[in-house]
Amino acid sequence: MDSRRKGIRNDVNVSELAFEAVKPALEDAGLTAKEIGFVALGSAGAGAWYEELLPAVVTSEYCGLTGAGLVRCEAACASGSAAFFAAYSAVACGQAEIAMALGVEKMREIDTQTAMEWIGRAGYYLWEFHNFGLTFPAYYALYANAYMARYGATEEDLALVGVKNHKYAAMNPVAHLQNRITVDDVLSSMVIASPLKLYDCSPMTDGSACVIVGSEEKVRELKIDAPVWVAAIGYSSGTANLSKRADFLSLDASVLASQRAYKAAGLQPEQLDFAEVHDCFTIAEILAYEDLGFCGKGEGVKFLREGQTEIGGRIPVNVDGGLKAKGHPIGATGCSMIYELTKQLREEAVEKSRQVPLKNYVGLAHNVGGTGHYCYVTILRR
Amino acid sequence: MSSASMPAIKSKPVTVSQDIPVSKTLRFWEGLKEGKIYATKCCQCGSLYFPPAADCANCLSTKVEWVELSSEAEIETFTHIVVRPTSFSQRKPYTVAIGKLKEGVKVLAWLTGFKLSQVKVGMKAKLVAKVSSDAELSYEFVPLDKSEG
Repeated sequence: MDSRRKGIRNDVNVSELAFEAVKPALEDAGLTAKEIGFVALGSAGAGAWYEELLPAVVTSEYCGLTGAGLVRCEAACASGSAAFFAAYSAVACGQAEIAMALGVEKMREIDTQTAMEWIGRAGYYLWEFHNFGLTFPAYYALYANAYMARYGATEEDLALVGVKNHKYAAMNPVAHLQNRITVDDVLSSMVIASPLKLYDCSPMTDGSACVIVGSEEKVRELKIDAPVWVAAIGYSSGTANLSKRADFLSLDASVLASQRAYKAAGLQPEQLDFAEVHDCFTIAEILAYEDLGFCGKGEGVKFLREGQTEIGGRIPVNVDGGLKAKGHPIGATGCSMIYELTKQLREEAVEKSRQVPLKNYVGLAHNVGGTGHYCYVTILRR
Repeated sequence: MSSASMPAIKSKPVTVSQDIPVSKTLRFWEGLKEGKIYATKCCQCGSLYFPPAADCANCLSTKVEWVELSSEAEIETFTHIVVRPTSFSQRKPYTVAIGKLKEGVKVLAWLTGFKLSQVKVGMKAKLVAKVSSDAELSYEFVPLDKSEG
């Protein structure tokens, strides 16, 4: 697996960007492309923010994967996790011995305003965009205002998520935004959709990430030296219309997906060593702490302020910089989370300053699509 | 890495505008012209739908009736959108809110006629139908004391 040089990549097209993740992933596993039985591509913006309508086909040809079973998975910002689930399922049901989940997104070939248009339409176009022009930050801003009104959280509290995640991104050489920031930087940045400001938002990032999944038999046969195992994958979904949600204080899809994952893995949240959570906006990370059971309802800000989600705290969260600062190449993000879990669980190649302490050798990736429209929770163990 | 300086080929431009069918919800769109906001109610199980739905997701019945909604809403949340998408770029920044009606359904719409500093979670507003100057049909939340239209 690999996840490389994130950020603005106008030097490569979608196929070339995918290749940058496929090559080191195959090399790491000691495999050739011809040994991959099934390929699932996670990508959300095909034909919208980049030009190819069938990115699975063009990236597969470019990477020598033609001939494998092939599908593109769309679950908005959770497309990468959906692809991982598809690849895992192909192996788990015995259809393939080795499968690949590939996430790729090229978001910077169009101007920012057009990107806001496309992503804003990705809710319920007819009922929430056509007349009302909702943007993606606006969807989460609706949750932020409701949360702040209910629990007394402040804009400074939200800003602390950004400060933490930029701090870790500064230790991650492949992060998109490697600058450290302060609460004042966040508060003085321009308003995008109140109360969210520029530094409350994840950037539009080009990126790719690739994960290879093998059956237990095959992994032993190939003598893979540091395999990481899938303990569970939980999933759920939420209504397209935000107006149909019971409240704006938590994402039901996250709650359900994580409960299903914990149950299938036979684990409690307290047993996790660390987590990657879906912090597309600062409010989203606070909701995630609560929805995933890291702390009680309404206690997310206190949990953050106590440093419980830093290295040394109860459960380090997003120590690769998160979507907020590592970057959010929409369809690649899920695979990038799996990549980070794997690197951390192997205790290799992660900068020492941000290696999490491992006790149970278990990590969780929480990947939300849209505004709780989709959710995948993947638990890995070594 | 700077993007502007990178060599690139411009893709062929394409303009897309889909014709979205509204035959099954026509009563709703026609109602807006009369200043009325309709929801649908399932004739079999009684489920109420806003946005209106011609089919019942609860019991799969395809028999629904049209019911006019009340107008007073409690605002559950809101946001003021400053950075707008292309198709709204000619407009001033706008406020979107989600309000709950006494029938139990929630509506997402623009909130107009308030100073932004006055907008609070939990406040009351009135839901009204709106026909814009270019004949676009919509609905919005306005202050309670504002007369309809």
